[in-house]
Amino acid sequence: MDSNKVLETIKAIGDKIDAEKDYLTELDNIIGDGDHGINMARGFQMVESKLPSLEGKDIGTILKTVGMTLVSTVGGSSGPLYGTAFMKAGMAMAGKMDMDLNDFLSCLDVAIEGVKMRGKSTQGEKTMLDAMIPALDAMRTATENSSDSKTVLAAGIEAAKAGVEYTKTIIATKGRASYIGERSLGHQDPGATSFTDILETIGSAL
Amino acid sequence: MVGIVIVSHSQKLADGVVDLTKIMADGCPIAAAGGMDDGGFGTSYEKIMMAIEEVHGTDGAIILMDMGSAVMTTEMVLEDLGYEDVKMVDCPIAEGAVAATVASISGRSLDDVIQEAQSAVHTSKLS
Repeated sequence: MDSNKVLETIKAIGDKIDAEKDYLTELDNIIGDGDHGINMARGFQMVESKLPSLEGKDIGTILKTVGMTLVSTVGGSSGPLYGTAFMKAGMAMAGKMDMDLNDFLSCLDVAIEGVKMRGKSTQGEKTMLDAMIPALDAMRTATENSSDSKTVLAAGIEAAKAGVEYTKTIIATKGRASYIGERSLGHQDPGATSFTDILETIGSAL
Repeated sequence: MVGIVIVSHSQKLADGVVDLTKIMADGCPIAAAGGMDDGGFGTSYEKIMMAIEEVHGTDGAIILMDMGSAVMTTEMVLEDLGYEDVKMVDCPIAEGAVAATVASISGRSLDDVIQEAQSAVHTSKLS
């Protein structure tokens, strides 16, 4: 995937988030503060407006700009969390004009570390990490049998979806949903859902 | 004097805490960073940065936050600014702000102001 394709994919992610914003907000209304979809859509709208200025730039610069834009425009926790994720991925891709499957997995790895650090969170707390970590693990396992990006991404998407389902079975201990405790049972995490949307969009772009 | 910044998801809450401190510490450098740029609920990176720059003098500054993105966005602003003498304090924002502004206007040091704000965590209201 070259830098132009990365720009196209980011635009597609913005479109996907925009299409899903009401659903994401509805999920967040149940267990959180009801702003996830609207906030993410606003952030990616600002990202989209910056994409033309990023044409021809290296992937590191592109991802870093996406992250910084999300931090300054989202307004909710997904701003610093996704912002940190994209900025860490940007650092890992500094100066590169092409991204291969290994690069992508390294990006997701540092993104996960960034989210853990920023949110002082770990797996099993009903957050986006519950989709991100299984997705990375599944993709790493898949690379042992296949070098085809589409096949590997498909494994990641499947694991992310299973991760979203898993968030229904646990009580939130991080984020706004932790305030409602046991009442968060049975409901899926909006952040895990939006991450899965993003991964699906990347999978479709390949 | 040590500067104080109040970060909240709510513009009214941040402004209200700043107002509250005027009763005992009028003249203390304190700034509110509440809500989004359009006034809606949320946290604004830019408002936080501007508020820090506004109150950050030679004696340093402290930041009191409500929850979630208020904490995380403040962390990111501080990482980007790189000031050694601006610190986040984990305490109730109204009580902490009153304690901190009184200490600040009395000319106490950054460490003292941090300690005063943190003392609000353990101050019992019902006994």
